[in-house]
Amino acid sequence: MVKLAVIFFTMILVDNYVLAKFLGICPFLGVSKKLDSAVGMSLAVTFVMVLATAATWPIQTFLLTPANPDGSLKWDMGYLQTIVFILIIAILVQLLENFLKKFIPALYKSLGVYLPLITTNCTILGVTILNLDNGYDFIESIVCAAGAGIGFLVAMVLFSGVRRRVEQAVTPKCFEGLPITLVAAAVTSLSFMGFGGIIDAIFNVAA
Amino acid sequence: MNPILMAIVLVTVIGLIGAVILVAASIFMYVPVDERVEKITAVLAGANCGACGCAGCADYAKSIVEDGNAVNKCTPGGAACAAKVAEIMGVDAGSSTPMKAVVACSGTCGKTGKKYEFQGVQSCQAVKGLYGGDGLCKFGCLGYGDCTRACAFDAIHIVDGIAKVDREKCTGCGACAAVCPNAVISIVPEHKRKPVVLCQNKDKGPDTRKACTAGCIGCMKCAKACPKEAITVENFLAKIDQDKCVGCQLCVKECPMGVIHVPANE
Repeated sequence: MVKLAVIFFTMILVDNYVLAKFLGICPFLGVSKKLDSAVGMSLAVTFVMVLATAATWPIQTFLLTPANPDGSLKWDMGYLQTIVFILIIAILVQLLENFLKKFIPALYKSLGVYLPLITTNCTILGVTILNLDNGYDFIESIVCAAGAGIGFLVAMVLFSGVRRRVEQAVTPKCFEGLPITLVAAAVTSLSFMGFGGIIDAIFNVAA
Repeated sequence: MNPILMAIVLVTVIGLIGAVILVAASIFMYVPVDERVEKITAVLAGANCGACGCAGCADYAKSIVEDGNAVNKCTPGGAACAAKVAEIMGVDAGSSTPMKAVVACSGTCGKTGKKYEFQGVQSCQAVKGLYGGDGLCKFGCLGYGDCTRACAFDAIHIVDGIAKVDREKCTGCGACAAVCPNAVISIVPEHKRKPVVLCQNKDKGPDTRKACTAGCIGCMKCAKACPKEAITVENFLAKIDQDKCVGCQLCVKECPMGVIHVPANE
């Protein structure tokens, strides 16, 4: 239980996908202009992350690199990971969109625009692959994906606030627009560096 | 088995299974979409300005088809757009007067002054929060350009200290009116002859005079001059009822402060 909590909070504060791993910068910069769209996008990302992890973990474990009881691999198709995962995630998102359209139109309406955007989002692929690289089991992977999603939400919400201030401030002409946004993103990212080691200390896990 | 062959088979099989699932899903979970919705969305201006009262153009198209919303509410698209939508829906377009933004303030540089020097975040919203704005007149245009930033059509700019609407570019979407903290901007039907009082000052005459040399002092001259009783003075501020106004422009000549203008001719 403690390990799950450590994974979850580490993903949010220390290993934040946007601010520490620099994945998913595109939606981070693109959709963080307004608070409500930032929240909508993050919720959709969280949702798809968990679902994608639930689908890709078994595929990697049982199809691409199945292991014998003694630990040796039956066959090694690990090099197909990227292409197969992208395929799976694309199918999944498409399916999800159809499903929501039919059965939960309200949710479809609120997530609508963001779902197709997520299909090719690198955070999703990043989460699924890094889960396996870290050797997490199924439950740990799901928790990690959920944490990564919430971390994305935190980053987006914080940054949309930062951005509002930045847009109202007077910026030097040469910094206007994207440059100042990137500078602001860098400072936000720096501030998250301050969380390094905090989770290990809280849960008394030997580093 | 040959590892290359196996890789090909594996990816192909996963792809095929995915394809079958998606095809099945699109058949079983098919949601009928009225094709008119897409057609109307294509015809609308696509500014997603919300002037029609719906959340974006697609939403408005949907409400036209499904809820029988009026076809002439797309202000940026104007009459041409309304006609096209009406054609798709097979109904009469009805008349749609073009709506344009009007900045009800005449306090340009030199006519009014500053109460203090403001050096904070350069936005109307921010300056309004500090003692009700830096202008001597607390009702007028603040001139920090929140409206300019809100405008999707590059149609409103700060000229000579106050906001000025580019009447060619303005679509009357109301985005500027929504962000103005002093509510100086209103969306008025464009008319070649009907004038508007370009002042918002509700202070008594002498106070208005002290703040601005181009402010409505509530002298009632326009109201007396109006042959149609279209002008009322309330809180020392004249207001012209656009429905009653016939465009004789007697009030324009009568106004001692020169704040009544026909925005269309500016």
